[in-house]
Amino acid sequence: MKIHEYQAKKILSEFGVAVQEGIVANSAAEAEAAFTKLGVPTAVVKAQVHAGGRGKGGGVKLVKSAQEANSVSATILSRPLVTHQTGPQGVPVHKVLVCAAVDIAKEYYLGMVLDRSLGLVLMASAEGGVEIEEVAQKSPEKILKETVDVRYGLLPFQARRMAMQLGFAENELDIVVKTMQGITQAFIAYDCSLVEINPFVRTKDGKIMAIDAKILFDDNADFRHPVYEELRDNSEVNEAEIRAAKSKLSYIKLDGNIGCMVNGAGLAMSTMDIIKRAGGEPANFLDVGGGVQQDQVIEAFRIIVSDPHVEAILVNIFGGIAKCDLIAQGIVNAVKEMGLKHPLVVRLEGTNMEMGMKILSSSGLKIDTATGMADAAQKVVAAAKAKK
Amino acid sequence: MSILVNRNTRVICQGLGKAGLFHCTQCSEYGTNIVGAVKPGKNGTTFPLPTPDKKEKAVPYFNSVKEAVAKTEANTSIIFVPATGAADAIMEAVDAGIALVICITEGVPTLDMLRVKLFMQGKNSRLIGPNCPGLISPGIAKIGIMPGYIHRPGKVGVVSRSGTLTYETVGQLTALNLGQSTCVGIGGDPIIGSSFVDILQEFQKDPETEAVVMIGEIGGDAEEKAAQFISQNMRNKPVVSFIAGQTAPPGRRMGHAGAIISGGKGTAKEKMKTLQECGIHVVESPADIGKTMAKALKK
Repeated sequence: MKIHEYQAKKILSEFGVAVQEGIVANSAAEAEAAFTKLGVPTAVVKAQVHAGGRGKGGGVKLVKSAQEANSVSATILSRPLVTHQTGPQGVPVHKVLVCAAVDIAKEYYLGMVLDRSLGLVLMASAEGGVEIEEVAQKSPEKILKETVDVRYGLLPFQARRMAMQLGFAENELDIVVKTMQGITQAFIAYDCSLVEINPFVRTKDGKIMAIDAKILFDDNADFRHPVYEELRDNSEVNEAEIRAAKSKLSYIKLDGNIGCMVNGAGLAMSTMDIIKRAGGEPANFLDVGGGVQQDQVIEAFRIIVSDPHVEAILVNIFGGIAKCDLIAQGIVNAVKEMGLKHPLVVRLEGTNMEMGMKILSSSGLKIDTATGMADAAQKVVAAAKAKK
Repeated sequence: MSILVNRNTRVICQGLGKAGLFHCTQCSEYGTNIVGAVKPGKNGTTFPLPTPDKKEKAVPYFNSVKEAVAKTEANTSIIFVPATGAADAIMEAVDAGIALVICITEGVPTLDMLRVKLFMQGKNSRLIGPNCPGLISPGIAKIGIMPGYIHRPGKVGVVSRSGTLTYETVGQLTALNLGQSTCVGIGGDPIIGSSFVDILQEFQKDPETEAVVMIGEIGGDAEEKAAQFISQNMRNKPVVSFIAGQTAPPGRRMGHAGAIISGGKGTAKEKMKTLQECGIHVVESPADIGKTMAKALKK
């Protein structure tokens, strides 16, 4: 789960990280007041969206007066922000962060992630800023790494060692060590999957601070963090995806025209793969789970057809815990109840497969059945093409 | 023959809720020797489980894994404890000296699994999962949630990060009369107890396993590490592999917490290339896994 920059900065400051001074604003008028309150000659207005690439997308602007803070914020808040991460439709902007502008002397990168083989890793680089991904690719030796033991956190000597390697001066060590430890402490306390400060800077007047911050939470840990719900902003998430989550369905909208409903994540990914191999484009990833229930089947169909691009639907079920006869009944009920007009191809395998197939064939509905994944994919792709 | 389980496998269950009881019943019916269940406060009472010959046996409850081990000599545990307590359940099993711990639970926080891994260092337990279907050695024991009847005893080992895609694979193998030695679902999370390499090592040592199917997914580099291992140590056993997620978009979590392409790394294309270079029979279509194994075994 993603949170906004202003929320991430608040969390990091709880752990002693020095962050750039800023005030969050919900409107142009609030932004104007924020500028005045900051009492600085220059401020930066930053769109609060989860997507990256805000600067290049026009979501970060320098302003020199309260009035300008107002007009610039009004513009940013008035339209969706398009960045390389949002897709052409962009994402709505509901809040801006008005920050006291600083003169940056040097940009660093600090970030903590989970590495599957190393465990928790704190990364740092003296080449921070927007091009950090390029640095990581072209000169990985410029990214320093310290492995962190989840029981002890980042040890002071590790932080000192890293800070020295980054070239910080002796009188800067304390604040840098505190920042690095703060990142680690926040990561562990909040069950994060990413904590990143980029850039972490030294200003021309010698101050050390976080200019931008990004935090991702581990969704699996939501049961012990009620605060996730408070920090959640779903306005950038596809509506159908939110709806699916409520029914414990895992749905991701894609760009194709063949809707699919599958039980199990691996099988769902493979079903997308085989649709593509058959010359089609999947409209979604949809995992109804290993123990799918009838009412979930109906909701899954509703979610699939809520995407206007869907022209045909493939259901691929390998019954284990889920029984094919129950799924088949769910499909029949859904088609009848919704008056589903889309061509529908169903492949059932596993527990009670024969009973399931019989329910489908005796339903009197136009449901095409398939044997095996390849057959199913070919049939659904042909059905989608015939519709064009 | 098989890996990880045999006729001496004695299983206890941790987390005997509705799902746990359902699956323990299925396992017991299949022939798995379930010797107890842990339910604090229920010590001294029993619950019924079916046996393969359609009889019923009374299985005792214990207050803790330690007591269960002391009384039953259990050496394996299957865990259905909800995500809030799954890590604790794993550590309890490890602490009690259980040799093989299989955690079915999905949604375990990643930091909990890091703590579990550290806790397990220097101890003699193997963990499979979490977020996995468990394992089965057809005809010997089923310690998991897979449908037992699709399997046949045989010589092909199966190791997979996925659940139903493993059933799909087994279904294809069985349809072609290719039985399985052991099928292991290692789980779809970023931090798991046993990796592909851990399981491949077992298959390499098992004289009855003649070939292996490895079902990978996008994300991470476990498949690449497995490929290295195979090219260096498993030249004598053909390996067929499929990688799910060839069409998955980057940056999105595809159901499994581990199935995510980040920063252009962990794509199916990259993985398939590495696997091919290491002499593995890489299958492009998930419908061809069985066929490809049949061909590989004929060579």
